[in-house]
Amino acid sequence: MADKLIIAGREFNSRLFVGTGKFSSNEVMARAIAASETEMVTVALRRVDIENENDDMLKAIDTEKCQLLPNTSGARDADEAVRLARLARAASGIEWVKLEVTPDPYYLLPDGSETLKAASILVKEGFIVLPYINADPVLAKKLQDAGAATVMPLASPIGSNQGLKTKASLEIIISQATVPVVVDAGLGTPSHAAEAMELGADAVLVNTAIATAGDPVGMATAFMQATQAGRLGYLSGMAKGIATANASSPLTGFLRDGE
Amino acid sequence: MQGIQEILSDAQLDSQGPMWLGKLDDITEEQVVTHLSDLSYKYSPDRFAALVSPAAEGYLEQMAQQAKQLTIQRFGRTIQLYAPLYVSSYCVNNCNYCGYNAGNDYQRTRLSIDEAMADAEVIADEGFRHILLVSGEDKEFVTVDYLCALAGKLRNRFSSISVEIYSMSTGEYAELFKAGIDGVTLYQETYDRQTYRKNHLKGPKSDYDYRIETHDRTASAGMRRIGLGVLLGLANWRIEALAMAEHANYLMKRYWRSGVSFSFPRLRPALNVSDRQENIVIDKQFVQMMLALRLCFADAGIVLSTRERASLRDELVKICVTRISAGSKTNPGGYCTRTESAGQFEIDDDRTAAQVASMIKSVGAEPVWKDWDAGFCSC
Repeated sequence: MADKLIIAGREFNSRLFVGTGKFSSNEVMARAIAASETEMVTVALRRVDIENENDDMLKAIDTEKCQLLPNTSGARDADEAVRLARLARAASGIEWVKLEVTPDPYYLLPDGSETLKAASILVKEGFIVLPYINADPVLAKKLQDAGAATVMPLASPIGSNQGLKTKASLEIIISQATVPVVVDAGLGTPSHAAEAMELGADAVLVNTAIATAGDPVGMATAFMQATQAGRLGYLSGMAKGIATANASSPLTGFLRDGE
Repeated sequence: MQGIQEILSDAQLDSQGPMWLGKLDDITEEQVVTHLSDLSYKYSPDRFAALVSPAAEGYLEQMAQQAKQLTIQRFGRTIQLYAPLYVSSYCVNNCNYCGYNAGNDYQRTRLSIDEAMADAEVIADEGFRHILLVSGEDKEFVTVDYLCALAGKLRNRFSSISVEIYSMSTGEYAELFKAGIDGVTLYQETYDRQTYRKNHLKGPKSDYDYRIETHDRTASAGMRRIGLGVLLGLANWRIEALAMAEHANYLMKRYWRSGVSFSFPRLRPALNVSDRQENIVIDKQFVQMMLALRLCFADAGIVLSTRERASLRDELVKICVTRISAGSKTNPGGYCTRTESAGQFEIDDDRTAAQVASMIKSVGAEPVWKDWDAGFCSC
């Protein structure tokens, strides 16, 4: 059976989501998106004229192949995020929203309580809500209960390329979730993406590491392959490491003597 | 937490005494290298002092390489564009370096809301979605009501509106914020009290303390973007930079929801204002200041206006600048209605917005016209 990711009833063949900020041109972005084989592309509503189909950035995204995922980057509280999402849906008809509520403009860390508040409102209004959160297992459960389509916990602060600093909490979230878990933010190298997938994440989202690479197209390919490799490793039942070595002279060998 | 005046006073940064000059001169190359090896890029007064010290002058290339990497990581390969819209050249202050100063006798201009909108249309047609309203201290005409009414109209064409005008009360800023104005740029000009007194002889702006508390008020009123700056050429730039860095650190800690950016205006020739030779900041020092700020404040915006010449701007967008103006007119009505009016200062990069955008592309970056949305505002 094909290994498909399903979010809100839509099937995705790719488990790599791609962000669109920080690219040196829309043309490079388009080629990187193609190389990544992604089917989910997030765009900041602050960066695009969502109602304008001739918007330079939007034009560069193949929306036949990719689900466009508008995000509320820049929203400081629930009210702003909800307002932005409503305006975007009214202008574009897109019901998907990556909910980002980040009151601190430097580390862009998500505000859990405001995110939960906004998610509850948007879900009731029929939005497909993918919230960006800290790796907080309890918050993830609450968002799931509120009807979020996924949870998107961060691996480390956005744009930091530090990899899976929140690993212990991510493992709990993955083990408890009934909705897809998308590890978002902080994945700086292809091996970080592979590691997240090996943990059992359903997908990963990458932006800075691709957009700011020397060769964004090559890096997009690398993340695509790493995501697939990590997923396949997870599905194939990875050998588990153990804490101690197998002693050549076992301490319990005497038990085999049947005495 | 202490207020900004106390912080500066305790650190002796509001008076350019001999202490800091000696301290900066004593910083060794070894200390500079130690700080450059610390890739956590966190601000501390010691780190910043090392990076603006004379000893760091030999390390500009290394600083630039780090600054470039850091800027790409945090901001991507993008440069944001904005345009200023001057609405009034009337001013009650007497800043003796400025063409708008009240003692200067020339034909002044005020734009009605319709005239301002005519200029704004030209700016929007060039592609800009971020606009900065600029005015002298003309409280009689450029009132809160005027600004709110203008903002109401501008919001149809612009996704972000900022102001660079006289210092206001928290309540006044809150009204502007409610009307859709989300950023305030206000330069302290100089952090040295004595230099401040000498250069701001009359008018409300002569109150150093009211001015230095301005960003406490802008941030308290909810402003998203707060712009700091010193006017380079009034006092010793290294000590000014130290003071501005402390101010930024204070604001970022205390008002953590607002984003801080830095500007580095250098004194420019202006109408009826004599050129100054003292405290001139040469390119090398100008760049050192910018690099030091980037290496201590990874996420702060670094703004460069058309005061600077094209060739320098073209180089700095490759290193650490994140936001630039283009096609600017510094005279009210300069874009279409009153093209002959007098400007605040002479600009040094008269390329059109389209030309600047193609320059940005040619250095491998994306010109970003829109990086905000009117939808954030509840009005």
